[in-house]
Amino acid sequence: MSYNQDMIEKYRGNFLKEVTDNVEEGDWVKMCMQCGVCSGSCPLGPHWEHPPQEIFMMIRANKREEVLESTSMWMCTSCYNCIARCPRGLPITHIMHGLATYSQRLGLAPQNQPTQKFANLFWKNLVKKGRVNELKLGLSLYFMNGFGEGIKTSLKMKDIGLNMLKTKRMSPMEYFGGHGCKDIKGLHAILKKAEELENARIGKSGS
Amino acid sequence: MAKKSYSFYPGCSSQKAASSSNYQVSVDTMCKELDIELNEIPDWNCCSASIGYAGGGELPRLALSARNMALSEQAHGDQDIVATCAACWLATKETQERLHDDQGLLAETNQALAEAGLKLKNDKKIRHMVEVLIEDIGYQELGSHVKKPLEGLKIAGYVGCQTNRPFGIDGESFENPKYLDKMIETVGAEACDNYEKKVSCCGGALAFSEPEKSQALIKDIIESAYDNGADMIVTPCPVCQMNTEVYQDQINAKYGTKFKLPVVYYSTLLSVAYGKSAKEAALDGQIIRAKQLEDIAGK
Ligand code: SF4
Ligand code: SF4
Ligand code: SF4
Ligand code: SF4
Repeated sequence: MSYNQDMIEKYRGNFLKEVTDNVEEGDWVKMCMQCGVCSGSCPLGPHWEHPPQEIFMMIRANKREEVLESTSMWMCTSCYNCIARCPRGLPITHIMHGLATYSQRLGLAPQNQPTQKFANLFWKNLVKKGRVNELKLGLSLYFMNGFGEGIKTSLKMKDIGLNMLKTKRMSPMEYFGGHGCKDIKGLHAILKKAEELENARIGKSGS
Repeated sequence: MAKKSYSFYPGCSSQKAASSSNYQVSVDTMCKELDIELNEIPDWNCCSASIGYAGGGELPRLALSARNMALSEQAHGDQDIVATCAACWLATKETQERLHDDQGLLAETNQALAEAGLKLKNDKKIRHMVEVLIEDIGYQELGSHVKKPLEGLKIAGYVGCQTNRPFGIDGESFENPKYLDKMIETVGAEACDNYEKKVSCCGGALAFSEPEKSQALIKDIIESAYDNGADMIVTPCPVCQMNTEVYQDQINAKYGTKFKLPVVYYSTLLSVAYGKSAKEAALDGQIIRAKQLEDIAGK
């Protein structure tokens, strides 16, 4: 059975409990008093399907799929306006990140959502060598929607790229190697162990 | 003043030929003048900033910063960790806080670190470079090194988000932090007192994935600086710097604006005011040239 099915079975209509148990900082959700301050704080506010306050309400109202399949969490710019302002001290930014992580684990995250794709590319890029290779990240980003789109985006970004090259803030050599950690084996072992421990805690086997 | 030593976390974007390599050059120049020694954390890794959450769960992300902190303890155990990138500082500081508040997570993190023979005590402060300047050096000392006051320049201090929230700089407010303005005045320039977009978000990493939505935010940040009569913007964060500088042409094409506003780092300003050359201040790293600073540096 899939992890998603497992969780549906396990929590049977108690989505708040599911979030409390499985989402980073999810135990805070029950503390929300629905004042709406956070929703007024998001820089990309108009582009959120459901702003944070609404997400918290929907969690309590058991709207499981609507929350987890939403593009909302992926609109978070990590500006921390909400955390600075929330009268109840909810770590809203982290809950948004946590919901995004969880939706992805369940296989419910919206596909073809640009930030979802970018965030995955970023993680892959950094894990590979232990440090971000900006050039490869940039290229894979521009090509993430397929080759044709990639050429179009690359052309649009060409001037920026040239400017970065001219000021030595980018180097084509990065494509062939570039920066990285020496003890990459050690880093990979740490990440593998961390993932195992976390999976054991949240009842997810394999990955 | 005696030499001050710190364990330094440079972050990916400051590496040679990376997007804020110019920041690093000016930081080195500034630190040399102020007798600040930065000891790079050996074999540091990326902290995953605020955008690692799709691929990495909570514990793997915490483990990334924990590895850096453990390496720092191992190599320079008596020194605070200093970061120049707001995102690096925040990610590391958040890790410190989370592992401090949750002993279970700390135990798990140490179990993971043990795979590479590391162990975290978590007992050294995580600080942003501007904290070092303000708290350990002080405005007075910062000012005493000025050889060429940046007179006649009007500068908008763009603090942005992550150097300001959720931790911020001690003694400053979230809504109107004054430290950048004070630094601007310390080097003899005039600060835009009523810069409305001082702590507004530029979109951060979403400038890559949601360029149009983010550029709308960036446009307001630049416009407000112009409205306040600014000759340039100064920032403490490599992401803010990059976002507000490199997209100005695209914004101009879309909105019919005529932006051409230089965006520099506080370390650039200090280096120029301290009489360093354009190269030492990394003015050659500006995509939008800071002509006025070049003139002062060339004098
Ligand atoms: S600001 Fe805090 S209490 Fe108010 S709605 Fe948002 S999360 Fe709930
Ligand atoms: S951190 Fe995310 S959720 Fe909070 S105000 Fe900013 S965009 Fe909204
Ligand atoms: S801020 Fe970004 S680029 Fe810098 S170290 Fe952290 S994750 Fe890597
Ligand atoms: S202003 Fe932009 S780059 Fe700077 S910290 Fe905020 S989101 Fe990040």
